[in-house]
Amino acid sequence: MSAPETMLEVSGVSKYFGGVVANEDISLSVRKGEIVGLIGPNGSGKSTLFGSICGSHPIDKGSIRYCGVETKTMRTGQIARLGMVRTFQQTHVYDDMDCVRNMLISSPVRSNGILSLLHKPNPDDLNRTEELLEFVGLASKRHLLAGSLSFGQQKLLEFAMALMNEPELLLLDEPTAGINPTLINGLIDRLTQANERFGVTLFVIEHNMRVMMNLAQQIHVLAAGRLIASGTQHDIQNDPKVIDAYLGGH
Amino acid sequence: MTNTTRRQWLVAAIGLGIFVLAPWFLPNNMTQLVDLLVFILIALSWDILGGQMGYNSFGNIVFFGVGMYLLASIQVWAGGYSLAVYNSAHGGNLASFMVATPTFVASLLIGLLVVGVVNFLFALIVGSQLLKMRGHYFAIGTLGLGVAAGEFAATMDILGAGSGMNFIQPPRTLELAPLLYFVGLFAVAVLFVLLRWLYSTRFGYVMNAIRDNEDKAEAMGLPTASVKTFAWAIAAFFAAIAGGIYGSSKNFIDPTEVAFSGTTIGVWMLLMALMGGKGTIWGPIVGAVVFQLFKEFFWTFLFGWQRVALGLLIVIIVVFFPEGVMGGLDRLRRALGRAGKTGARA
Repeated sequence: MSAPETMLEVSGVSKYFGGVVANEDISLSVRKGEIVGLIGPNGSGKSTLFGSICGSHPIDKGSIRYCGVETKTMRTGQIARLGMVRTFQQTHVYDDMDCVRNMLISSPVRSNGILSLLHKPNPDDLNRTEELLEFVGLASKRHLLAGSLSFGQQKLLEFAMALMNEPELLLLDEPTAGINPTLINGLIDRLTQANERFGVTLFVIEHNMRVMMNLAQQIHVLAAGRLIASGTQHDIQNDPKVIDAYLGGH
Repeated sequence: MTNTTRRQWLVAAIGLGIFVLAPWFLPNNMTQLVDLLVFILIALSWDILGGQMGYNSFGNIVFFGVGMYLLASIQVWAGGYSLAVYNSAHGGNLASFMVATPTFVASLLIGLLVVGVVNFLFALIVGSQLLKMRGHYFAIGTLGLGVAAGEFAATMDILGAGSGMNFIQPPRTLELAPLLYFVGLFAVAVLFVLLRWLYSTRFGYVMNAIRDNEDKAEAMGLPTASVKTFAWAIAAFFAAIAGGIYGSSKNFIDPTEVAFSGTTIGVWMLLMALMGGKGTIWGPIVGAVVFQLFKEFFWTFLFGWQRVALGLLIVIIVVFFPEGVMGGLDRLRRALGRAGKTGARA
């Protein structure tokens, strides 16, 4: 059996904001079908790295390849249309529309043309919307405005919207932050299901170690903008550099 | 849902009926009626960006003015005259430039279509650059565009420069006002049907997504840039036709007071949308009607103070009814609905 193909290849990426080193020479990869974690103390550059990968800002050094295509000069929209989508740490939903509409808008767009937009939402999209809202437990809220939902519910909605987009690689920025602890187990379950049932490769930033240990097969650790460790849960938990980064040193 | 849709079409049909019959009931107010249709056109087309997409444009007046000048020029050319010669003639000399009725009507109708298409393309070009700006920057950028257009037109000798340009005199046998009225009504009907359809498609959804969260829309791979420019181009098409009709009705174009008048018509168009309720299809229409009624009322009964009264009205609306008439109705309906429900429960 051959090793699963590499989906995302980040090599030697650096990103500076003025004199601040947000990311320095980071190299990592995500293979198809995996759930990969990214952890690190606050301000260690995790979200910046996501931003770099998704084209939110240009990078200063290095290269980012998605399915063999260099994406470092592409804009977010182009990258999303290739099948790599992210969610945000602070929720980003369409406040003045109800959940159903939020979902319908999120069905995938694979071309840049506008002619493909000149039709009403098709029944398949409606069915999928119902199915996914059910999946994240928001079916009863479907006609509420997204802006009126609680933070946690918005996070769930955003997750459902991301799935609606049928991404091949989904980057989740702290999916469980702000979510009711009793819901977190359900969410872990759904992330795993999204991975197994829908075949979505996941790359997850998470502060909640319990979540991370339950979820990710492969974990990368950032500290002060640098990648200090990569490996399985076991390797990470016993790595002195990681313990040092979290508990002291800095 | 279908019930609401049916009711809406019914209201639209009744409204259309009233407008079709209006010239017979108000034969002495044709100019005001033409103005009203022009106002509906510019308010409804302003709302495409301002209401549905959250981009407050002060630049639609540019398309309005360009449409006006272009239609006037097309009609001069259609008469076989040179624009430079025509615009260097003054006063009574203008009467010597005659056109036959069929030429006049044809040049008006075809001219309006050409004017729309040209401005559609113009907006695609301008929009592809200006729409890279967001929020206040876009508003200020478009404001600058409007001012620049007026100043530019005022320096163009071929367009009559600062002293403006007259439309070619309509043939004596032709009643221009009713013709403009029904052309305007047709344009309003087309715009209404087009927008109702457009807002129900994914294109409309993407416009709303841009309004609510453009970063998210982009991150989800929606083609935001092309949707924004095409939406503006559609608005430009109708704003330009409105400008052509308005100029033809007034018969005179002043570069900064009529064509590119950012402080009157340029502001009125968004004001009407606000008054009626922006982001709804009925709001700008209702707003235009209410606005035109108040405006005529003030001009008739409060002459001398009419602009003060209009200003006060604007302040009152923005402060007390920020959601406009449609928003107010919605709130009322919800309040009644709640009262009805609690009543049923009790």
